[in-house]
Amino acid sequence: MRTYLPDFECVIPSSIEEALQQKAERPERIPIAGGTDVFVWMNFGILPGPAYQSLHRLAPQWRTVCAAADGGLQIGALATYSDVRFHPHVKKHYPLLVEAARVTGALQIQNRGTPAGNIANGSPAADTVPALMVYDARVRAVSVRGERTIDLAEFFTGYRTNALEPDELIAEILLPPPAFPPEQQYYRKVGTRQAQAISKVVFAGARTQTNEKQVRLAWGSVAPVTLRSLKTEEAVARGASPEEAWAMLQQEISPIDDVRSTREYRLKVSRNILFEFLEKTKV
Amino acid sequence: MKKTEITFTLNGKETTVAAHPMARLLDVLRGECGLTGTKEGCGEGECGACSVIMNGEVVMSCLIPATQAEGATIETIEGLQEEFGDALHPVQEAFIKHGGAQCGICTPGMIVAAVAYLRDPGRAPGGVPEALEGNLCRCTGYRGIFEAVKRAAEEAEKR
Amino acid sequence: MSDPATTHRSVGRSVDRREGRAKVTGAIAYVDDLTLPGMLYGKTIRSTIACGTIRHIEFEKDVPWDEFTIVDAGDVPGKNIVHLIEEDQPVLCEAVVRHREEPILLIAHPDRQLVEKAARSVKITYEEHPAILEIGPGKVHREILIEDGDLEAEFAASDVVIERTYRTGAQEHAYIEPQGFIAQWDGDKVHAEGSHQCPFYVHEALKTAFNLTDEQVNVAHCTTGGAFGGKEDFPSIVAIHAALLAKKSGRPVKLIYDRNEDMASSTKRHPSLSTLRIGATKDGVLRALDFDFRLDQGAYVTLTPVVLSRGVLHAFGCYRWPAARIRGRSFFTNSPPYGAFRGFGAPQSLFAIEAHMSLLAEQLSIDPAELRRRNFLRPGDTMPTGQVMKEDPNLEALLDRALELSDYRAKRSAWKKGSGRGIGLSTFMHGAGFTGSGEVYLASRVALEIREDGKVVILQANTEMGQGVETVFQQICSEAVGIPLEQVVFRRPETAFVPNSGPTVASRTTMIVGRLVEKAGKQLRGKLGELSVAEHYRKSGPLRIEVQYEPPPGIQWDEKTYKGSGYPTYAWACDVVEVSIDPVTAEIKTERVTSTVDIGTVINPTLAQGQVEGGVAQGVGWATSEKVALRDGAMTNAEMMNYIIPTTVDVPEITVEFLPNPYEYGAYGSKGVGELPMDGPAPAVTAAVAHALDREITQVPVQPEDLLE
Repeated sequence: MRTYLPDFECVIPSSIEEALQQKAERPERIPIAGGTDVFVWMNFGILPGPAYQSLHRLAPQWRTVCAAADGGLQIGALATYSDVRFHPHVKKHYPLLVEAARVTGALQIQNRGTPAGNIANGSPAADTVPALMVYDARVRAVSVRGERTIDLAEFFTGYRTNALEPDELIAEILLPPPAFPPEQQYYRKVGTRQAQAISKVVFAGARTQTNEKQVRLAWGSVAPVTLRSLKTEEAVARGASPEEAWAMLQQEISPIDDVRSTREYRLKVSRNILFEFLEKTKV
Repeated sequence: MKKTEITFTLNGKETTVAAHPMARLLDVLRGECGLTGTKEGCGEGECGACSVIMNGEVVMSCLIPATQAEGATIETIEGLQEEFGDALHPVQEAFIKHGGAQCGICTPGMIVAAVAYLRDPGRAPGGVPEALEGNLCRCTGYRGIFEAVKRAAEEAEKR
Repeated sequence: MSDPATTHRSVGRSVDRREGRAKVTGAIAYVDDLTLPGMLYGKTIRSTIACGTIRHIEFEKDVPWDEFTIVDAGDVPGKNIVHLIEEDQPVLCEAVVRHREEPILLIAHPDRQLVEKAARSVKITYEEHPAILEIGPGKVHREILIEDGDLEAEFAASDVVIERTYRTGAQEHAYIEPQGFIAQWDGDKVHAEGSHQCPFYVHEALKTAFNLTDEQVNVAHCTTGGAFGGKEDFPSIVAIHAALLAKKSGRPVKLIYDRNEDMASSTKRHPSLSTLRIGATKDGVLRALDFDFRLDQGAYVTLTPVVLSRGVLHAFGCYRWPAARIRGRSFFTNSPPYGAFRGFGAPQSLFAIEAHMSLLAEQLSIDPAELRRRNFLRPGDTMPTGQVMKEDPNLEALLDRALELSDYRAKRSAWKKGSGRGIGLSTFMHGAGFTGSGEVYLASRVALEIREDGKVVILQANTEMGQGVETVFQQICSEAVGIPLEQVVFRRPETAFVPNSGPTVASRTTMIVGRLVEKAGKQLRGKLGELSVAEHYRKSGPLRIEVQYEPPPGIQWDEKTYKGSGYPTYAWACDVVEVSIDPVTAEIKTERVTSTVDIGTVINPTLAQGQVEGGVAQGVGWATSEKVALRDGAMTNAEMMNYIIPTTVDVPEITVEFLPNPYEYGAYGSKGVGELPMDGPAPAVTAAVAHALDREITQVPVQPEDLLE
């Protein structure tokens, strides 16, 4: 463990108000939910700042997963992957979230890590973010100044940067009622192994061919941010062939070579996954 | 920043330690609490040698801030055996009998994860391999571990 | 020979691991579980270039350096050399840097976290020189040549001649317990304890670095959390470093590597490059082998000469060759030095020969199993070294049983080439014990002592790292002396208190050292006569039996011509591997591995099976996911999250069956098992992948990135 802790400060708010106050006073404070990302940085001695804020006392308010009145889903900021994965409403209506949570790390990580933390961390390799994007998730952000919601599809503004103001914390993730039947939904993570793996490519997609042709294609690990390939979605909605869709997708993703995989492989896999998705969700 | 006092239940006993809020629970257990059964294999939350049970769930203690252990119920490898007196926990017995342990460094974490699984198998619908996917072993190739957990589960059924 | 399980009291039974209770309760102490009063924590400061010289070292102001102990090369009292085969590797860099992560300075402090912060505050500047980072441009350190028969004539008489080049990558041991040692001084005497395989190697290294006598150094073994060869030579460096800090500070020093440092700086399996030319008749009878075997040894010699030797001596596989020429060379590069890793050169050369045999079968349209069968060594045949098969390698029995257990023939014909499902096989051997006259040179000794309480204590230097030596030796002793297992004690190896039974390497422990335990035990039984141990002690006082290694008769070896018996005997095996390839991602799923194994008498079936299963998992990992991503001489994936070893959901089904073929000169007929399982999986995996995709695979690891069209 390569961090000299005396150089680091961590406050422990006992209420949401206190947390927001602390964040407003020192915006560079980094919140800790489950700690499964922050503590890896701590181990490597690469903590990005000197001030932290452990949110665990806010569990009664924020460690919640519940069905919303309209049939949608509310995932509190401190809800863990396991909380999400085993929740009856999620299992019934949001199968891609179940699958994404299942392939995140391992059980020990799922019992502590949080989708909200995953979003805030902003890694383009996040496993649940593509699924949340397919479900049109919104992020409810709170601060001493009030609250607002941000579409997840617009949340990531650049590599590991997001639309949150410095004094904001994520309070919950809101999902509308699902727009797609389960058989029209698809999720695939291609990792370095079958568990405890960082993704080489991660994809969630859904489509329906009803009167309103809806298509969602969300990609991780193939660009600086997790993104929806909007042009490709439009093309598929218009009835483009798989090859045409692929031609469009190549303009929207930009995978790279890194320690886990290569640009070329990521492109080929993205193509194959797109084709498999189109085949499996053909109406 | 100075240390703060953190109180939690450790292997059934109320315990208070002074630690930096961001100290790793792993270091608190091995240091302040003197329980070296929980191991550090990687510090990255990959190998599972640091596994403990916190509030009924198996977790990586190398990734838990000490402050987040406040008020928690924590069980380590040392605690699992206590209810059995001089005897071992059935999972521990099975590990010895069926080749579940070779060098032994992954063993405490592996047994903790296995016990957590047997208490609530629904949390790993994929069965024993899924239950232990966060615990790396380099010696056994896992087959002896699967055998041990399977046999321990069978023994538990009988009783 | 009768089944040992029925005629023996202990040998042949799956006796519970003797230290099992201590391991499953977390009670057993590994080096990082130990704390000594006044202990300091050490850290190594390492080079950040692969080749060049040190210009300047700066200690930045944000650290209380006056509280630190700082050691550099000038503090080494003896030779600034890590004693091993050659005296070329410095304990600490003086000026010339030859690889990334080369140790330059050591620091220590009572605060383990502050040490880490301080390490980041040492800034070293260098004059950088171009680094050699691949096999070829660098200097050849060692060359071996084996020549047998008339190569050109046999090639001329061949119907087909096929040539290919094969590559194997480095492999990181990834033992779950990282490297670590604690050292402390008592006057002019040093005591070191830690995670390691060979106490007397560490002992010798400490003597050299500190200019000490035998009696001034004591090395004690700590329970070791996995080693696989990675703790054969490397721990000497850790121990010397800890001892340097301890000497300068006057305090005990604990030096534990974290995972990133361990992966980045410690030894790995030698990468290899093999060019093979095989000539055969169209009926698949082998005629000629021309094998050019090259190893990347990294920046220093370490154990490379022996790795090269073993690689060369396994290059011809388990076949008859009318003519063979095997040339082995090791090349210096500016990579961190490579060292021992389970298999020790044999996995590398066996990968090439077995991959080439599978290719030959393909090109001749002969089933790969049948091609091998036609050419297996039989009793009376000779290897290219001239070694005569005195024992029956029993290869056909191993092959047939593996084919039967795996249902090979049905699968081979049902799964069409290129269908995405494949089955491949390998047949292989592993020479047990040290090469040639190595065991004679080691002159291993084992002692047994009786105690007043009626117990017999085993005194020797072979160490428990999970392979089961504590249990197996107690079984052998119990058997030989004729006493219950509970009356036997395995004394923790500690150089001041045990004779040197040699290192715990080379698959020699059970077969060779175990046999010394057997020999001593039988001598003790003779001495005891009708008396129990306690009775004998009461009557005559303490008794110690010490025995020394004697080579089996008729073993000749010429180091210059590389002719004779390379190893006293071999363990043999056959692996069959089944894979399926995902059509969308080209991910390789190793579904099942079937392994039939001859290690002579199996002393403890559960432990032996565990060794095979673990070795198979490591071999499959090496073949498919374990890539050491080196760039500019540094490992860029030196973390558990990026160096990919198999998890529970990656490991294949593994079926193991032993076909015992007792060896007269091994303990109760046993042969070595530790490394054999590592030798076979990789070429069987690539043969299966080749079958599944109808293409050639010439390197490991083979990954989806290499396969996806």
